[in-house]
Amino acid sequence: MSIEVKAIDKTFGTFKALDQVSLKVATGELVALLGPSGSGKTTLLRIIAGLETADCGEIFFHGDDARGKMTKDRNVGFVFQHYALFRHMTVFENIAFGLRVKPKALRPSEKQIKEKVHELLKLVQLEWVASRFPSQLSGGQRQRIALARALAIEPKILLLDEPFGSLDAQVRKELRQWLRRFHDHLHITTLFVTHDQEEALEVADKIVVMNKGKIEQVGSPEDVYHNPASVFVLNFLGNVNIFHARSSAEHKSGEKPAKMYVRPHQLIVSRSPLSENSVKVVLTFVNLAGSIVKIDAQSQKGEIFQVEMSQEEYRALKLTKSDEVFLTPKNIAFSEYEI
Amino acid sequence: MFKHKSTLPGFRISLGYTIFYLGLIVLIPLSMLFIKTSSMGLKEIWMVVSHPRTLAAYRLSFTASFIAGLVNVVFGFLIAWVLSRYSFPGKKLIDAMVDFPFALPTAVTGIALTSLYSQNGWVGQYLYQFGIQSAYNPLGITIALIFIGLPFVVRTVEPVLQELDPELEDAAASLGADRWQIFIKIFFPNLIPALITGFTLAFARAIGEYGSVIFIAGNIPGKTEIAPLLIMTKLEQFDYTGATAIAVVMLLISFALLALTNFLQWVSSKRIGMG
Ligand SMILES: Nc1ncnc2c1ncn2[C@@H]1O[C@H](COP(=O)(O)OP(=O)(O)OP(=O)(O)O)[C@@H](O)[C@H]1O
Ligand SMILES: [Mg+2]
Repeated sequence: MSIEVKAIDKTFGTFKALDQVSLKVATGELVALLGPSGSGKTTLLRIIAGLETADCGEIFFHGDDARGKMTKDRNVGFVFQHYALFRHMTVFENIAFGLRVKPKALRPSEKQIKEKVHELLKLVQLEWVASRFPSQLSGGQRQRIALARALAIEPKILLLDEPFGSLDAQVRKELRQWLRRFHDHLHITTLFVTHDQEEALEVADKIVVMNKGKIEQVGSPEDVYHNPASVFVLNFLGNVNIFHARSSAEHKSGEKPAKMYVRPHQLIVSRSPLSENSVKVVLTFVNLAGSIVKIDAQSQKGEIFQVEMSQEEYRALKLTKSDEVFLTPKNIAFSEYEI
Repeated sequence: MFKHKSTLPGFRISLGYTIFYLGLIVLIPLSMLFIKTSSMGLKEIWMVVSHPRTLAAYRLSFTASFIAGLVNVVFGFLIAWVLSRYSFPGKKLIDAMVDFPFALPTAVTGIALTSLYSQNGWVGQYLYQFGIQSAYNPLGITIALIFIGLPFVVRTVEPVLQELDPELEDAAASLGADRWQIFIKIFFPNLIPALITGFTLAFARAIGEYGSVIFIAGNIPGKTEIAPLLIMTKLEQFDYTGATAIAVVMLLISFALLALTNFLQWVSSKRIGMG
């Protein structure tokens, strides 16, 4: 089922949490909602689920206006930031909850419930925890049970609020790939919130970048990474260095680039200046651990630069800490112009 | 053995202090009761305790306290619900009013309630028109006990309600539960331990309550005489052993009931995974 959100506003008191947010999610898509803390991600998700009402704007599920529908009738699976498992129920009962509260006529039999719950437990690979209480599970297990519980009602739309937010890096990575496989298997329209850019870039079909209640950019992972629509998006999707243009050449009519934004791996390191944009720096820190070498450098003016290169390049250049070198932008990710 | 690594120092000192203090304040007076009673023969004790007047007093004290406790669980829960879920003008005032029964001297409570519920009191006169006599009747006693027990339920349930994650409600709604199902299947099971505690406190307070009851009770022996009053009466007649005998039996019954509620409490909190 597709989701369409049109021009949604939401204010809390005088604070504008969502400002004219419009968004389309096609059937079967896996979309990441990416943005810093407080940017309105949860609020948007809650409005889609009907847990919060928008001040104005429209929501359509598969073309049907959803505003009149209560949460319980929307058939939206919601996985909460902090799991929200029912602590007084076993894992089995948690997952069975959505089936047991169905109206009598639609309620499956006890046998069907049992089958369904075990099928779901198998799906999230946790068949052996059925009789435990949520307090007896690890964070990653709770997360997957919360997902299984949401799936029990066979939702046409799945909303995940920072599904891996409170887990350690290792488990995050595993679950992230698991989510991708899981989605490829079930094809439920899924909108998931994260403030981890790596997670969004790795998993999603489409990324929606939010900032201060507004959508900054919507696009494929490559798109938002390589063609950021704003400095915010550029900054949010990875480290970036700022070069102040020394060139006096005018680029467009009357405009000259004032600032150039360059990713750490898009810098050339050399012993002598290569162009008028080259900056003289001193290497202040070198981190050799990992597949790439990460270097911090400082210019005479005190600007900090981050440089990344392969181990081979690093060895070929024979660099050491405190060396004086020149940095030249190879590929400019984004430019700002002054008129 | 019992020592956990603790951030606060002085486990031995604090344990010693706890035992000493509890002994001084609680155990010694309690044991005096038993020592006093043991100066009577078993037969004499039985005579006092099984006297119809004593039995009637026990029955009245325990049933009135029990009913008052139940009423408080229902209405105290509602008040706690309103106070923890909604904000409205005058909420602070209502919140303060809940503690009134704590703060009011019990005799004042007794006099106020009596004048309110007596035959020509503000409330009493209307009840009387329906043929209900509230003051000088077990009903009046129950009303007084409800009054003094209310804060116990509200103040034990309120924090639990506040702590209950609102996301649980949202989660249940997103799974298709209606309000009633959310209440029965989510809220209620989580609140049972607090409700039992609140009930126990209100009930225990009611059993021992004296000051606010004697005015409204009328104190007719065998009819509206509560056990604490009977004890007072015995004391006034210098029948110290008789008084302590009644008290010891009350103590034992109360203790048994407390043990029972504690057990229920333990079972229910184990079920919600807090035990
Ligand atoms: N019920 C509420 N009352 C008042 N303000 C709220 C409420 N809910 C959210 N806000 C505000 O709206 C803004 C957006 O909140 P939201 O929870 O949507 O952020 P988020 O993007 O999910 O952040 P995070 O990544 O930290 O979860 C925040 O500034 C928050 O303080
Ligand atoms: Mg959030």
